[in-house]
Amino acid sequence: MAKGSIVAGCLAPHPPHLVYAENPPQNEPTSEGGWEQLRWGYERLRESLSKIDHDVLVLLSPHWQTYVGTHFLGIPHFEGLSVDPVFPNLFRYTYDMNIDVELSQAIHDKAKGSGLAVKMMENPDFRVDYGTITTGHMVNPAFDKPLVVISSNRSTHYYSVEVMQEMMMELGRVTREAIEESGKKAVILASNSLSHRHFTTESEVPEDMSKEHIASHAMHLWDMRIIDYMRTGQAQRILDEMPEFTEQAIAESDGGGLTWLLSTLSVPDYPAILHGYGTIIGTGNAIVEWPCYANEGDVQ
Amino acid sequence: MNGSLVGSYVVPVHPHPLLVPEQNEGWGRLRAAFDEARDAIKDSGADLLIIYSTTWPSIIGHQIQADPNPQWTLVDQDFHDLGSMDYSFNIDAEFAEAWNEANHNRGLQSRTVAYHGFPIDVGSVVALKLLNPDNAIPAVIVSSNVYANRSETTVLAKACLDVIKKTGRKAVAVTAMSMSNRMFTEFIDPSDDRIHSLKDDEWNRKVLEFLEEGRLEDVAQLSRTIHQQIRVQKVVTFKPMWWLSAMNGNRNNLTGRVLAYEALHGAGGAVVQLDPTSTGMGDKEYDEDDVEYYRGERNVLDAEEDSAESTESLTPSSGPALWEPPESKGAVNSNAAPKPVGMYPHARQVGDLLYLSGVGPRQPGTNAIPGGPIRDDDGNPIEYDIKAQTRAVVENIARILEEAGSSMDKIVDVTSFLVDMDRDFAGYNEVWAETLGHYGPTRTTLAIRALPTPIAVEMKVIAKI
Ligand SMILES: [Fe+2]
Repeated sequence: MAKGSIVAGCLAPHPPHLVYAENPPQNEPTSEGGWEQLRWGYERLRESLSKIDHDVLVLLSPHWQTYVGTHFLGIPHFEGLSVDPVFPNLFRYTYDMNIDVELSQAIHDKAKGSGLAVKMMENPDFRVDYGTITTGHMVNPAFDKPLVVISSNRSTHYYSVEVMQEMMMELGRVTREAIEESGKKAVILASNSLSHRHFTTESEVPEDMSKEHIASHAMHLWDMRIIDYMRTGQAQRILDEMPEFTEQAIAESDGGGLTWLLSTLSVPDYPAILHGYGTIIGTGNAIVEWPCYANEGDVQ
Repeated sequence: MNGSLVGSYVVPVHPHPLLVPEQNEGWGRLRAAFDEARDAIKDSGADLLIIYSTTWPSIIGHQIQADPNPQWTLVDQDFHDLGSMDYSFNIDAEFAEAWNEANHNRGLQSRTVAYHGFPIDVGSVVALKLLNPDNAIPAVIVSSNVYANRSETTVLAKACLDVIKKTGRKAVAVTAMSMSNRMFTEFIDPSDDRIHSLKDDEWNRKVLEFLEEGRLEDVAQLSRTIHQQIRVQKVVTFKPMWWLSAMNGNRNNLTGRVLAYEALHGAGGAVVQLDPTSTGMGDKEYDEDDVEYYRGERNVLDAEEDSAESTESLTPSSGPALWEPPESKGAVNSNAAPKPVGMYPHARQVGDLLYLSGVGPRQPGTNAIPGGPIRDDDGNPIEYDIKAQTRAVVENIARILEEAGSSMDKIVDVTSFLVDMDRDFAGYNEVWAETLGHYGPTRTTLAIRALPTPIAVEMKVIAKI
């Protein structure tokens, strides 16, 4: 069996507003558009990924929140209706997705072997979280590739960002190993925003772009700092500053996704491509791709 | 109508007592306590169950469930291996809508949600399935706003009480919450369950001791401390106690009973009953500000927008205290009208005539004066718009009449009071002609020296009903 590989790693945030603004057939509410900068960013990411052969999408969503260990979706097919509990006016989405249970189980087993608390989720009534669905939709609206879906362990809040990073660095390492051993080509998706301070009011027309801006200047500065590290191949500095960033920007990196992503990519020292940045109800969101082939001379 | 809160309960949020009470003796005792609470609620004759759930976080203010019959199968995000929870609830959508409106009247951001497939949270599902298994009592569920602090949570309760009083309901308030909420972060055998740490256990027992003494307001005032000591941060703050205490009139002399206290995967789970009957212990001190209207305590990162949208310039910060209108015989009171400045109702009915107390322009909820106050906080006269004030008076009159089942066309006689006849008569008269003048009541206009709040016009109305 040929060695598997990670063919791209992406920061792919999940505000349901992006799905709402696109008016896809799966989503019940309709809009007049909005958040185009980010949606065009996702368009560029899809275009880029369409040129990279891949078998599976491996995703970590901060809206499947687990306090007891890290969990993996563990049955082959999920379908149903997802209603966002916070923005039900925007997101009521009929989903239908396949899971690569074999790869999920392989990552699960390796994680267990290295001492992490892990569990396969095998209840067929389980409703897939809206973060997974939104990122899944924005990256691959046809849902025609299987996913591995990993929960977000809340260790940041139980312990600290440092403990979260220890766990996520390890989870990232075993994720990479399991992918390599599987012989599959995988795209890694960390589904989270950057700065994460929301407005507490919604405008009459939620997609009224005259009302959209970053929650505060401090949030903007943090987002730009992190994006700059990404674009200049300084992933290690992101990890180093993660405690300050997570606390001061109330960043959604608290869910561990970004640390895990950077670990699966062996903490990249090559530049990432920024496909788009924009704010959603005050929060900062970047769509970023680390194209691994660029770093591996033997591919293409 | 005389609605009131007939009981309060604190219940845990984990699914174990519902799904697997047999797997651990403590979980079984929690289940038995739920059953006891269920029977007590039934015996109390309650006709409404109000759930404030910490496992339903919200961002855009508070959300209130308003789907009359939500149905789904819930699976817990962590404890999915314990089984699935089918639910079908009886939600009082009308009450939900009224509460939402009462929230707006008190300056709160809130909305109702009524969508097929809306994910009702685990705390609410466990509470409703165990406390109200046959759906005999209609329920409402409200979220925990992650950004809300004490004022907002307190005012949320007061708005709820407005509706309970107005609709004459016998309500039971339930907070779905953990005590200490630190769980074991590893998988454990059910038989090994215990409170995560001795420190958490000691704090839980102290809090429960307070509750057993009926000292709910003391617990509420310790909320921030309790949260820091025994709660995982960034999980909803220990704020349900603010809500529950405000629902109970911020009292310290309730009759409390702890029905059970056990570990749930390390977290502290308690079923507590709080009866509004006074213990006769005497109500203890009350330290924190009482809040009637929400004018903001957050948006701290958005100072610019805050000041631009603030109603502060319209709102007198000084002036007489506001009163809850008394519920005397024949009294008609409206949440849609401003609070009285003394102990009198908005209106009183005698036979088929309705006598309104003097109505000014103050806005219900925010207390702002359209057209601006006539003097600043130091008593210096400032510019104001008599026409805007007069229009606001007429709108308040219309609201009170509507509440009483009367209407503008049934007004018989109006006495108007102006503090500055020379300056204001023309503007006042113009608005009169556009509004009340059409309905043809008799009118008397008097100049007087002052009114109790910094307003320029007030009207006294008699109408048929
Ligand atoms: Fe999110």
